[in-house]
Amino acid sequence: MKSLAELEAIKNKIKNQVEVRRESDSSTRIVVGMATCGIAAGARPVLAALVDEVGKRNLANVNVSQTGCIGMCRLEPIVEVFEPGKERVTYVKMTEEKARKIIAEHIVNGKVVTEFTIGAAE
Amino acid sequence: MDFARAHVLVCGGTGCTSSGSVKLIEEFEKRLAENDLEKEVKIIKTGCFGLCALGPVVVIYPEGAFYSMVKVEDVEEIVKEHLLKGRIVKRLLYQETLENDNVKSLNEVDFYKKQRRIALRNCGVIDPENIEEYIGTDGYQAFGKALTEMTPEGVIEEIKKSGLRGRGGAGFPTGLKWMFTANANGENGKFVACNADEGDPGAFMDRSILEGDPHAVIEAMAIAAYAVGADQGYIYIRAEYPIAVQRLKIAIEQAKEYGLLGDNIFGTDFCFNLEIRLGAGAFVCGEETALMTSIEGFRGEPRPRPPFPANKGLWQKPTLLNNVETYANITQIILNGADWFTSIGTEKSKGTKVFALGGKIKNTGLVEIPMGTTLREIVEEIGGGIPNGKKFKAAQTGGPSGGCIPASLIDTAIDYDSLIAIGSMMGSGGLIVMDEDTCMVDIAKFFLEFTVDESCGKCTPCRVGTKRMLEILDRITKGNGTLADIDKLEELAEGIKSTALCGLGQTAPNPVLSTLRYFRDEYIAHVVDKKCPAGVCKALLSYKIDPEKCKGCSLCARQCPVNAISGEIKSPFTIDTAKCIKCGACESSCKFNAISKQ
Repeated sequence: MKSLAELEAIKNKIKNQVEVRRESDSSTRIVVGMATCGIAAGARPVLAALVDEVGKRNLANVNVSQTGCIGMCRLEPIVEVFEPGKERVTYVKMTEEKARKIIAEHIVNGKVVTEFTIGAAE
Repeated sequence: MDFARAHVLVCGGTGCTSSGSVKLIEEFEKRLAENDLEKEVKIIKTGCFGLCALGPVVVIYPEGAFYSMVKVEDVEEIVKEHLLKGRIVKRLLYQETLENDNVKSLNEVDFYKKQRRIALRNCGVIDPENIEEYIGTDGYQAFGKALTEMTPEGVIEEIKKSGLRGRGGAGFPTGLKWMFTANANGENGKFVACNADEGDPGAFMDRSILEGDPHAVIEAMAIAAYAVGADQGYIYIRAEYPIAVQRLKIAIEQAKEYGLLGDNIFGTDFCFNLEIRLGAGAFVCGEETALMTSIEGFRGEPRPRPPFPANKGLWQKPTLLNNVETYANITQIILNGADWFTSIGTEKSKGTKVFALGGKIKNTGLVEIPMGTTLREIVEEIGGGIPNGKKFKAAQTGGPSGGCIPASLIDTAIDYDSLIAIGSMMGSGGLIVMDEDTCMVDIAKFFLEFTVDESCGKCTPCRVGTKRMLEILDRITKGNGTLADIDKLEELAEGIKSTALCGLGQTAPNPVLSTLRYFRDEYIAHVVDKKCPAGVCKALLSYKIDPEKCKGCSLCARQCPVNAISGEIKSPFTIDTAKCIKCGACESSCKFNAISKQ
């Protein structure tokens, strides 16, 4: 270790990965419906794509987790985004590509991808 | 390391390892691979979570689900339900975290609610075998700050201001110790050392810190070395702590690899190296002068003080020696400032203390509480109370050097001074809870047996005196004691206290003195009435069958290993007390509660 900057670099690299273990209310949660209906409709690759994007972009304070069936099985795979202090956004009929777009547009740039939301589908 | 959406934390402390957590990790690896989850879910072997009674413990984030007493057969369900489908397996959760079918955060559970984790902050959170995880949670930041922004004097000033006192038991102000060592003439070199020779029966906080967060101790020792002007450090740890030794070795290797130990750290002139020395498990080696004699390669015997280690320590050179838990607080004081630290605790005892809870208590395990927490809060709230509806009788702190706190003082706020005032001591942090079935004379005898065994034999008061005390206690528990014996015990105890060479001998009579102070009536019952009120001392017991209750089923007679019970079927049986060995097998076998001990 030659300098503080070097230490800082390691810290930043690892921080987001350790963060998952700190219980905090300030993180964004991306939740994928993974009941039988969700899995059957293809939720696994969607989840994998989300995890992959979050990892690649080294996003801070973002959790990806799963949930059960929320009752709209015909619209699965469903992905919901919970940001602190904001209303939740529900995306339906997700695919791998759509999932990647959500990370880029919604999570990174803060713009809800309206065309994929449940409002647009109904 | 790639991003993982879920982290499975499996406790790898000694407690959970012995209840099978290593097998759990293997099973998790297998099941995750089967379900194609190995890239998304990470398994981390952590240090102790504290709730050792409920091990093995598995915690899964981001949900923070706390699974307790997990068996290998349960792993498949956790993987398929929780990790694949996101459904928490409620039946396996620590039931305290379930409220009206909702999962509560761990911090709201009674066991954790009143705790404040500073020394244990990373235990059960990070992988102790991965230095990057430590760095990711602000690790080595304090070291960097000290080296680049603070002078050695500044570091010592901060520690002095924090009011931190030695966590090994005696409670000497840490900052002063650092100052004495810094001021000593170090032309021929100085050393820092860490006392990890934790030997009190029932104490395991130092082990847990080293197992769960070894870098915290390494970093603090490096800071200490910078502050006092040393360039070489030793960690003296007992060989009976194989997991802690192993993790320390890994941690030191990694710190070297990352240039956090070695030459010109952070581009400065500061150089520091660290080595491990293994102790063979002699209790006396936890005494500072004996510990240093042992590091030097000689038989671990104490020597008189002064000179204190700060002036003449290892190889006659100035040496700073602190306990593991003391070191574990250092980095946080440097990072958050002395003012932050002094805001926690009581007037004369700042910060927190880790206790190893054991004995007759529901939540056996490791707890860290702010100084000033009452014994009642520890026993009844954090500890979950006494099992089987028994009554709290006393708590023993400080192990064989300490004393007991009787039920009447359960509202004592715990800090260094309050414990000494009531004839006990903080000690290293073992806290053994005793219920109404514990005989206080027997407890005093137990601890004295320990010190007699562990006495190094160098000075007469300890070698001969403790042995004589034990003989008297033995007489009393066998019903052969006299009232004069009690006086003799007290006289011997005072003599040993004031004349023994080292801390081991000086404190050895404490368990006897404190039980005499609070439970003298029990001693008198043994001596005068020849009775053991708690029903523990076998020689003073007799078993009796109540003829009213006995149905004459002969079950007890068949259980008796020495054929001391006889009688005719369907009429009351009797016990031949001359033959009876008081094993209690009859009492536990009787279906009608007809047998009792007196």
